[in-house]
Amino acid sequence: MGYYSLLTTCAFIHLLVFMPYAYSNYLENKAGQFFSSGHTNNWAVLVSLNKLGFWFNYRHVANTLSVYRSVKRLGIPDSHIVLMLADDMACNYRNPKPATVFSHKNMELNVYGDDVEVDYRGYEVTVENFLRVLTGRLPPSTPRSKRLLSDDRSNILIYLTGHGGNGFLKFQDSEEISNMELADAFEQMWQKRRYNELLFIIDTCQGASMYERFYSPNLMALASSQVGEDSLSHQPDLAIGVHLMDKYTFYLLEFLEEVHPASQANMNDLFKVCPQSQCVSTPGHRTDLFQRNPGSVLITDFFGSVRKVEITKDTINLTSSVKPPIQRSGSSDMTIESLTYVDQLPVAEIIHQKPKQKDWHPPDGFILGLWTLILLVFFQTYGIKHLKHIF
Amino acid sequence: CDSRLPLTFTPAPAPAPARDQFQEELVIRPLHSGDIYASFQFRTLWDTDFLQERQKKVSHYRLFPKSLGQVLSKFSVRELHISFTQGFWRTMQWGQPFIPSPPGAELWVWFHHTVSDVDGNWKELTNVLSGIFCASLNFIDMTNTVQPSASFKPLGLGNATDHRFLRYATLPREIVCTENLTPWKKLLPCGSKAGLAVLMKSEKLFHSSFHSQAVHIRPICQDEQCTSKAWELRQTLNVVFDHYTSGQGKKEWSLFKMFSRTLTEACPLASSSKVYVDITDNPELFELSPATHLLSRAVVLGDRRTYSVYDLTRAETFGQLRSFNLLLRWKGDNMLRPLLHAERYVAGFGLQTGEIHTVIYNNHPYRAFPVLLMDSVPWYLQLYVHTLTVTSKSRDNKPSYIHYQPAKDRHRPHLLEMLIQLPPHSMTEVTVQFERALLKWTEYTPDPNHGFYVGSSVVSALVPSMVAMSTNFTQDQPLFSSFVPVKEESSYFVRVYTEPLLVNLPTPDFSMPYNVICLTCTVVAVGYGSFYNLLTRTFQVDEPSPPLAKRLANFIRRIRGVPLLA
Repeated sequence: MGYYSLLTTCAFIHLLVFMPYAYSNYLENKAGQFFSSGHTNNWAVLVSLNKLGFWFNYRHVANTLSVYRSVKRLGIPDSHIVLMLADDMACNYRNPKPATVFSHKNMELNVYGDDVEVDYRGYEVTVENFLRVLTGRLPPSTPRSKRLLSDDRSNILIYLTGHGGNGFLKFQDSEEISNMELADAFEQMWQKRRYNELLFIIDTCQGASMYERFYSPNLMALASSQVGEDSLSHQPDLAIGVHLMDKYTFYLLEFLEEVHPASQANMNDLFKVCPQSQCVSTPGHRTDLFQRNPGSVLITDFFGSVRKVEITKDTINLTSSVKPPIQRSGSSDMTIESLTYVDQLPVAEIIHQKPKQKDWHPPDGFILGLWTLILLVFFQTYGIKHLKHIF
Repeated sequence: CDSRLPLTFTPAPAPAPARDQFQEELVIRPLHSGDIYASFQFRTLWDTDFLQERQKKVSHYRLFPKSLGQVLSKFSVRELHISFTQGFWRTMQWGQPFIPSPPGAELWVWFHHTVSDVDGNWKELTNVLSGIFCASLNFIDMTNTVQPSASFKPLGLGNATDHRFLRYATLPREIVCTENLTPWKKLLPCGSKAGLAVLMKSEKLFHSSFHSQAVHIRPICQDEQCTSKAWELRQTLNVVFDHYTSGQGKKEWSLFKMFSRTLTEACPLASSSKVYVDITDNPELFELSPATHLLSRAVVLGDRRTYSVYDLTRAETFGQLRSFNLLLRWKGDNMLRPLLHAERYVAGFGLQTGEIHTVIYNNHPYRAFPVLLMDSVPWYLQLYVHTLTVTSKSRDNKPSYIHYQPAKDRHRPHLLEMLIQLPPHSMTEVTVQFERALLKWTEYTPDPNHGFYVGSSVVSALVPSMVAMSTNFTQDQPLFSSFVPVKEESSYFVRVYTEPLLVNLPTPDFSMPYNVICLTCTVVAVGYGSFYNLLTRTFQVDEPSPPLAKRLANFIRRIRGVPLLA
């Protein structure tokens, strides 16, 4: 009996001593995993390049919004997403269901939702603004929500969809950006240490031509079609009257719906999305500039967000009722004159209004030039030595 | 939260924490055309001074949103009014709104008189606001900003008004959608989680014929003696649902039908949370459920109206089901003629010239009153002011005050302000001719064939009132009747916006540079090339090289010294 009790106490003490060690080992592993991917924050730049005023480009906006929805669902907050939509489809007069953008026919999934913040819209989506956002060269008065404030430990996801060709993309049907410009922009970002790793996804016709010219390190790229192929659109919805999504992004959305923030799916699964049998075009990818093996890169490294969580066991008491406003004691004794509102339409005052005093401006170029000419002629005729006779 | 700090009488007194309060209300008014007008107003009052330098900078925000407070102190703003509207308010069918707004985005700001560079502050303010509200307000620049000299007097406290500190701009093209509603809702103390804001679901709000959301910030009297100022932030949302006129329903509606939600509680941070239903028109023909005995009479827009009041801070309003769904059925029609109404349109043909007509109607049977018309026309419609005519009842009507600032190309728009006396029961027409300018090819938008927008005209007037208006300011007045300060009892101030105009400018064919290059290269290659060939080409006889056998034979013959073959 004593032997058994001794054994159990021995085992118990063993467990007590080694369990914290095992636990700290687990913590170290977790911490090691945290730092192995090398990034501490996530950003996303999602752009839709459709042409203004064309209702059949609904699918480009639906593409971008479905990636936006997935990225938000997996944890990236609005403050870290720069969303650029070139046209407003949700509140367009042709939309039979206002404030909605659907991705599946029969209006199954509203990707626009109730909580969306678009940073660049309408005429603001231009090549210049896109490149300025990427390189960070924005005018000083630009608000924070319109900036890409990434640092050298940020993983950035860039998604572009629209119309394109071999080596270029169309912005709003009036401008183009070439693959060389895009590659140079990424090189600027690398030199300014604006990203740790970058994933570039493009869903346009001949999309693979856009990543041919990349030369900066730590870039991974995915495209929906090869050079010489067109990316095709998916299902139309009869009520809305247009095609709702492009094939590649549709299957990408279906793949991402299965991913949750703790998922271990990696990039090799992403490369298998939409094979030729489903997409008709051949998706392509490029990983030679990427340091890590794609099989070890998690989807959530780019689509999700790293969060620092502190767990606390203390409870905080919140006061339940609103306290009535405290009466302010009359501290000053001096009489303050009462303030008044301004008359909204003082007719008498307006009629007798004096003309506004114009601010004095220094004379502009013409007047200055004229006076310079006059003075020049004057001094030429009379000469400097005669000046003392005049003055 | 620090509101529990008691006031202490110490020799060096710390400033008492400023008190703030929040009120919310919803007014529902059935319109005589069968539509429903719902107006939400959320007001936060705060006794603090953003602009005072002696006090330490405000850093503790409770109910007042921090983003707006920082904007006010950084840019020394005295008053700020911004509105986003989708749709046009039909005055003839719907009457006057509680808070008018033009289609698109409108921003007007009064700066403090200590500001030295008003234009710089204005530019930065528009950029910051475009980030807060997710709108393209950064397109507001010198080409669409004006400084009205008599319109848009401050709605808050103040005495001297120097119009150099006022800036006004509109963007008629601006679209309003959920992305503007989301940050607007986040400014409310309860967000969209509790109180009246739970009704704001974008799928229903934007499926309407008129939707307008606005933010108004101004200093107002703290109490009746009006010895000190308090900052007031009003967030208003006006929406007109057209279920009846679009054939989707009967003249019967409920909160659930309109908003697809019911109310379950008032916002816990609100000191008052009420729902008003306008039952003036046909009290016996209304069927309102759940019934209430609380009635309130208010004089608003020159008319005495009766309202049924539901107080959401009392638990019995919500009944057994803990949910409040208002149901109204009404029959009968009441014709309503607003006293002041304005329209605007473009006349003419072709792409060179045109005429802008603004028509103002005074429907009062015997009283004449003055109106102030403000027109801001972009520089690419070049107005000919010598063709300006104002006619009432087919006779010339000379305005008693005209302020005209001509446009400067690519720099400043036209500004025309006129004070016109409208004779009773008449129609006044203001016409001015213009010429369309040709823009540089880089200045065209990506979709130039859509047309270019001209912002709405603003007609401000003091309309004679049938009923005496109350000039007392009390804290208990419902919010919808206390927006515009009333100076005299016999008239009320109203602002009417006209339609924006859509004008086509002569648009070039943007494929022409490509066409010209192709054509020129073809002409050069074909025409000049052939000509050059004709002049410089010479022909030579060229012997074909003989076959191998013959060459070998010739070689042997040369060795032998015998004449060669041909």
